[in-house]
Amino acid sequence: MPIGPEVILKPASAWFVLLTLLIAIGANLLPLTGTTLLLRPDFVALVLLYWCVHEPRLIGVGAAWLLGLVMDVADATVFGQHALAYAVLAYAALYLRRRILRFPLSQQAAQVVLLLLVCAAIVAFVRVIGGASFPPWMYFMSPFIAAALWPLLSVVFQAPQQPRRSDSEL
Amino acid sequence: MRHIPAEPPAFFHRGPSPLARLTFFGVISLALLFADTRFRYLEQVRYVAGVVLAPVQRLILMPRDAILNVATYFLDQQELLKRNADLERKLLQQAPVVQASPVLRQENERLKSLLDMQARYPGAATAAEALYTGRDPFSQKLFIDKGSESGLVPGQAVIDANGVVGQVTRVYPRMSEVTLLTDKDHAVPIKVERSGVRAVLFGAGAGRLPELRFVAPSADINNNDVLVTSGIDGTYPPGLAVAQVASVERETGQMFARILARPLAGADRSRYLLVLGKVAALPPPPEEPVQADSVKRGKGGKGRRAKE
Repeated sequence: MPIGPEVILKPASAWFVLLTLLIAIGANLLPLTGTTLLLRPDFVALVLLYWCVHEPRLIGVGAAWLLGLVMDVADATVFGQHALAYAVLAYAALYLRRRILRFPLSQQAAQVVLLLLVCAAIVAFVRVIGGASFPPWMYFMSPFIAAALWPLLSVVFQAPQQPRRSDSEL
Repeated sequence: MRHIPAEPPAFFHRGPSPLARLTFFGVISLALLFADTRFRYLEQVRYVAGVVLAPVQRLILMPRDAILNVATYFLDQQELLKRNADLERKLLQQAPVVQASPVLRQENERLKSLLDMQARYPGAATAAEALYTGRDPFSQKLFIDKGSESGLVPGQAVIDANGVVGQVTRVYPRMSEVTLLTDKDHAVPIKVERSGVRAVLFGAGAGRLPELRFVAPSADINNNDVLVTSGIDGTYPPGLAVAQVASVERETGQMFARILARPLAGADRSRYLLVLGKVAALPPPPEEPVQADSVKRGKGGKGRRAKE
């Protein structure tokens, strides 16, 4: 749903989607430590969720799974951990996209929090089953921070899709 | 009233439905997880991917390094002079130990050869710099900037000026992954410097102090005792400082004492680390004896001992 009520958006370009995903991967690779690392939102999950909700034909479960594999390799974690979490996230986004898009931006963030919490919980669950210790509770604060970024993200990502004003408009 | 579906019926079929895709990818993910955690089939894949991603990771580190360099450039001259004086004083304090060390080592080797014992000193050490900590909040790892090209192999001990940092676990061409002392899967055989009690220090995960497990309540360990490596098991060379005991709890009715220790390394967040050469390999352990002997042997090896 576009930001303003009367605006019809141009379709999103595939290159732009790819660019945003690459920037998100880069942001996930930032070398942070300690509490900052725990609180850092999963940018790839957030951007993935955005594109699954707004452009479901471009990014689906398969693309999400591949992105998850890339994140697993980059982060030296167990193979398949992020892949599974992102695939489930993409599926939930595809199922709930109509409901999410019906709300104004601020309330969309509230729904996005739940999806990102599920994603983080799957990541933690898989690691704990694999033998790691349970993460500190601050790890589950990062979806809230990510969801707080959702309105800003929506505005920024829809900027290239705004229609050009023609001079002949009254 | 008939149930109204949430989604309209699909007008255009674009390949498998999302649920079918999820099931497919979910099964593949679980298979990958199983293969990775149990069988370690994917180490090669991870190695290749690590090599490919290394330049990308260096690129992302560049802004941080640039900022750090600018910060050090503007360091106050007074601050630099003070640091210099501190370092010189420390060097002076350690001078007698350093100068006596080759003589002591020779004497030790001679005595050991007299007793027909094998001297096990580590080979040459490699200096390395810490790049960044691992981005996985579930395990405690550190990345250093030396890899297999510099001759590193998994299993080498890593220390800093104050004590043991951890152990090299994975080696890439230009980078290595070091598992820290505080990692949940990490154990160091230690010896209390004061009393000689031997135990094993287990990491307890992020934000928690490592603990000595399976120590009898009667063992001679007190607060602020320094723990050093005992050299058993051939991984860590003996005599390296590891941690300092932070708390000892001996509750009646508990079979073991609960002892927490604070690691000594990284106290000043040093970036410069030393990777020690591998200790000479131990002879292989003896074969399991027949049942009649096993009763007499009892618990050997790294178990706790009240006396040396």
